[in-house]
Amino acid sequence: MNSQTKTIVITTVVTVIVLVAGFILLMPVFGPRFMHPIMSQFMDGNSPSSVTASDLDTSAERLTNNGAFKVSFKSELDPITLGSMHSWVLHVETADGQPVEGATILVDGGMPEHGHGLPTAPQVTQDLGNGDYLVEGLKFQMGGWWEVKFNITADGTEDNVTFNLIVGG
Amino acid sequence: MTKRYLILTGILLTLSAGILFGCSAQPTAWTDAEVEILQSLWIGSLPGLPTDPSNQYGDNPQAAALGEKLFFDTRFSSNGEVACATCHDPEKNFQDGLPRAQGVGTTNRRAMPIAGTAYSPWMFWDGRKDSQWAQALGPLESAVEHGGTRTQYVKLIGANYKDEYEAVFGALPDFSDASRFPEPAAPVSDEAAAANWEAMTAEDREAVTRVYVNMGKAIAAYERTIMPGESRFDQYVESVLANDGATADTILSDDEIAGLKLFIGAANCTRCHNGALFTDNDFHNTGVPVIENLPEDTGRALGAQQALADEFNCLSVYSDAAPEDCSELKFMLTEGEALERAYKPPSLRDVAQRAPYMHAGQFTTLQGVLSHYNEAPAAPMGHTELELLHLSEVQLNQIIAFLETLSSIK
Repeated sequence: MNSQTKTIVITTVVTVIVLVAGFILLMPVFGPRFMHPIMSQFMDGNSPSSVTASDLDTSAERLTNNGAFKVSFKSELDPITLGSMHSWVLHVETADGQPVEGATILVDGGMPEHGHGLPTAPQVTQDLGNGDYLVEGLKFQMGGWWEVKFNITADGTEDNVTFNLIVGG
Repeated sequence: MTKRYLILTGILLTLSAGILFGCSAQPTAWTDAEVEILQSLWIGSLPGLPTDPSNQYGDNPQAAALGEKLFFDTRFSSNGEVACATCHDPEKNFQDGLPRAQGVGTTNRRAMPIAGTAYSPWMFWDGRKDSQWAQALGPLESAVEHGGTRTQYVKLIGANYKDEYEAVFGALPDFSDASRFPEPAAPVSDEAAAANWEAMTAEDREAVTRVYVNMGKAIAAYERTIMPGESRFDQYVESVLANDGATADTILSDDEIAGLKLFIGAANCTRCHNGALFTDNDFHNTGVPVIENLPEDTGRALGAQQALADEFNCLSVYSDAAPEDCSELKFMLTEGEALERAYKPPSLRDVAQRAPYMHAGQFTTLQGVLSHYNEAPAAPMGHTELELLHLSEVQLNQIIAFLETLSSIK
C-alpha cells in the first residue's frame, strides 16, 4: 500500500466515523423524529411510553408490610382515567382470610419519581361491613407511576400497604 | 489501485449519506403509546360538557342569553366603564393581553382565558372558587375590578333586565326602598359598603344575595358555551389516527412535529398540560419569579383556604348541588408545602395569542417561558416541580413552533 492509498483509506474511514458519530451526537438536537424505528427501540428509556419502574408489582391485592393484613382494592373506574375524581372499595382481611371490621384507615400516596403527593386528600368515608371500606376523593392528574398507601389499624395492630398504579395518559 | 480505493471511498460515503438521509426521510413514526397520548390531547377526545350540579340554570339558553348581556354590560361597575368583557375580551381569546388585569384599578394577577373552563373544578390561578358562577361574582365586588356592590347590581337588574331575569329565575324582589337597600352595600372591605350591609336585615341581605347569585349563574350559563376551536394540531392527530401519515406530514412542519415529540416526551410538558384542554386543572409550583412591589402571593396555599370559606362554594346554601356532588371541595388538599406558590396551568389552546404569560404576566414571550422551564430555577417560595431539561435553543424553538399549532382555526 503506497502512502497515497493509505491517506485515502484513512480519510474515508475518518469521514465515515465523523459522519455517523456526528449524527448520533446531534440526535438530541434533531429530535427523535429523525431516528430510525430500529434505533428508537433502543432509546425507549426516553420515550414517554416507557414505564421506568417496569418491574413494579401492580397487583390490586397485597399483604401489608408486616404481614398483618391482606388488602385489596376495586376502583370505581377501570381503567383509571386521568383527572377523574372517583372512589375505591378497599377490602381488608387478616392474613388467614377473616374480614377485618372497624379498622381505622388513613390514605396517602404520590408519584415517587416526581417527589410529589396526591392532588387530593382522599378519605375512608364508610365502613361498608364485611371488611369493605369506601375510599372517596381519589384523583390522578398525571400519567405515570403512582403509589397509594394505606395505614391500617385494627384491634391494636397497625400495618401499612402500598399499591402501585400505572395511570395512562 | 488508486482508482479502486476511490471507488471504495465513494461507496462508503454514499452509504453514510444513505444512513443520514435514509433516516430523516422516514415518515414520522409514532409508537403506539405516543399515539395514545396524541389522541388524549386531541380536541375530539374532549368529553361532553359536564353538568354543573351547583348551577341548575347552567344549561338554560335563556339564562345564557341574559348572562351574555351581563357579561358585556359596563353599568355593572363603580365607574360605569368595566364589564367582564373589559378583561375577558372575545377579540383576544377572552383575555386582555396585559400582565395584570385593569378594572377600576389594577389587580395583582393576570386575567385568565375562559374557553373550556366549564371543565375545570377550580377557577382563578389559585382555585379560590369552585364553579364558574361563584368565580363570576368575585370580580364584580372586587375593589380593583368592577368595584361595585351587589345591592347596586340587583337594582340594575330590576331597572334593565327585569323581564329576562323573571323569565328564568321567577319574581324579582322590589329593591326600590333606599332605606332598606342602601348603596353601596355588600360584605366587602370598603367600610361604608360593609357598614350599610351590616345595617340591613338578614332577610333583605338574603334577598339581595339570591339575585346576585342568579346573576352569577346566568353569566356562567353563557361562559359554559365558550370553547376553544379546532387547531392544526387537531387536524394532524386526526390524520395520524386515520393512519394517513402522508397527509399528517403536510399539516405540520418537521419543526412542529419535532416540538410535539418533545412536548409529550423529553420536555415533560404533559405532566401538567395533559388532556384535550392541555391542563390537568391542578396546582403546580414552577418557580415562577416574584414581582417586586406586589403583595406576598402564596398561590394555592391561600386559595384552598378561601375556597373552603367561600360563601358561594359547592357546599353553600346558594349552591344547587347535593353534598355528594361536591367531592372536589370535600376532598380538596388543604395543606402542605406542595400548595405554596402553586398555580393552575391554563389551557394551552390558543396560547400563542395570549402573551404575556404566568399568573402575573412574568414572561412577555413564549421564549421566556420555555427558557424558564429549561433552566428550572429554584422557587422563591416552596419547591419547584421543574427539573433541568438541558434542551437546546433549537429544541426550545421547536416546542414553540408546536405551541403555535394549538391556535384555533378561525
